Amino acid sequence: MKLYNAKRIIPGLIIFLGLITLPLWYNMGKAAPAPQPKIDTVAIQRLAQKQCVLPKEQMRTEHMQMLNDWRTQAVRNGKRIYVAFDGKQYEMSLQNECMKCHSNKSQFCDTCHTYAGLKTDSTPYCWTCHIPPKESK
Amino acid sequence: MKSSRRDFLKIGGACALGLGALPAVSALAKNELPNFISGQDAVTGKKWGMVVDMKKCLEKGKPGCKDCMLACHKIHNVPEIDDPQDQIKWIWTEKHGAVFPGDEHAYAPHEANEKPTIVMCNHCTKPVCVRVCPTKATWKRPEDGIVMMDFHRCIGCRYCMAGCPYGARSFNFRDPRPHIKTELNPEFPTRDRGVVEKCNFCYERLAKGLLPACVESCKVGALAFGDLEDPKSEVRKLLAAHHTIQRKPELGTQPNVYYIV
Repeated sequence: MKLYNAKRIIPGLIIFLGLITLPLWYNMGKAAPAPQPKIDTVAIQRLAQKQCVLPKEQMRTEHMQMLNDWRTQAVRNGKRIYVAFDGKQYEMSLQNECMKCHSNKSQFCDTCHTYAGLKTDSTPYCWTCHIPPKESK
Repeated sequence: MKSSRRDFLKIGGACALGLGALPAVSALAKNELPNFISGQDAVTGKKWGMVVDMKKCLEKGKPGCKDCMLACHKIHNVPEIDDPQDQIKWIWTEKHGAVFPGDEHAYAPHEANEKPTIVMCNHCTKPVCVRVCPTKATWKRPEDGIVMMDFHRCIGCRYCMAGCPYGARSFNFRDPRPHIKTELNPEFPTRDRGVVEKCNFCYERLAKGLLPACVESCKVGALAFGDLEDPKSEVRKLLAAHHTIQRKPELGTQPNVYYIV
């Protein structure tokens, strides 16, 4: 097989590859550091046993499904109390339960959501209706 | 592979046995802990209803009193918008003649048709809004008859508003947050632009054992709330003792808010 016009095609291909991978070169070494959200609020420091409704690892990966389930149970099924794995009872309410401990939305919610490329107030759009606690800055 | 009729029947039988055991297995595998329960201090009723005593309200209440409306709108973060097109209303007043269109005639005193009447969602036994909602964002709670609203699911089509013969529903044409004049109640959400809202009979307060905010705030006791299925409830006593009327009963929606006029 013979490649015609190799003199032009091969440099052309190299330039093309260079151009489409430009964003990768441009951002090389500039990776945003993984967020280290400060999650110890005053309310959490006061807790004798620092334990959320599920173990930490599970909360990290499953909180979205859990919030969905809580919403369904509280609003649609009228069941407002959640019995955790350790038998403790929680009110299934974002404003009246979750945010009572995690009162620092900008740290607790936003740092990771922003890092993951979720736009504030559009995905997930919790806070267009739900009211986050006031934060002192 | 060759299989005899005998082998085929054996495999078929085993499969049937497996399928038959499925319900038993799933019942055994079920989590024993009930994860989601109702609160202990919730007040429960089979069919919530209200009696609005307009005689008491107008005779005993101070003129122009708006306690019930202010209490409701403060607790539920209801915005205050002057433009009547965009107004959000949970509980408000309407002229008697407009609330009870069959109750006016040409020779009635002018004031009779003009006097204010408190109106809100009637939590109908046969709610039109629920029938027309395409997403089940509004539905009737089977346990206590409250016509609920799930703002998460509302797509803002406003069929319910067209369906409701009482004008009890309001649409958020704009972001309501800048129009909330009272301090935000951090225990209740606001709404977003593009959803429909209305009175919810304070289901979130009932879940904590409290009466609806309007009933609690009325100083002359013109609003009574209770279980219509319970003959000993306050509403049933009032209904037994007074002549009461409903709004537009001829439409067959069977409203659960009654009026003493």
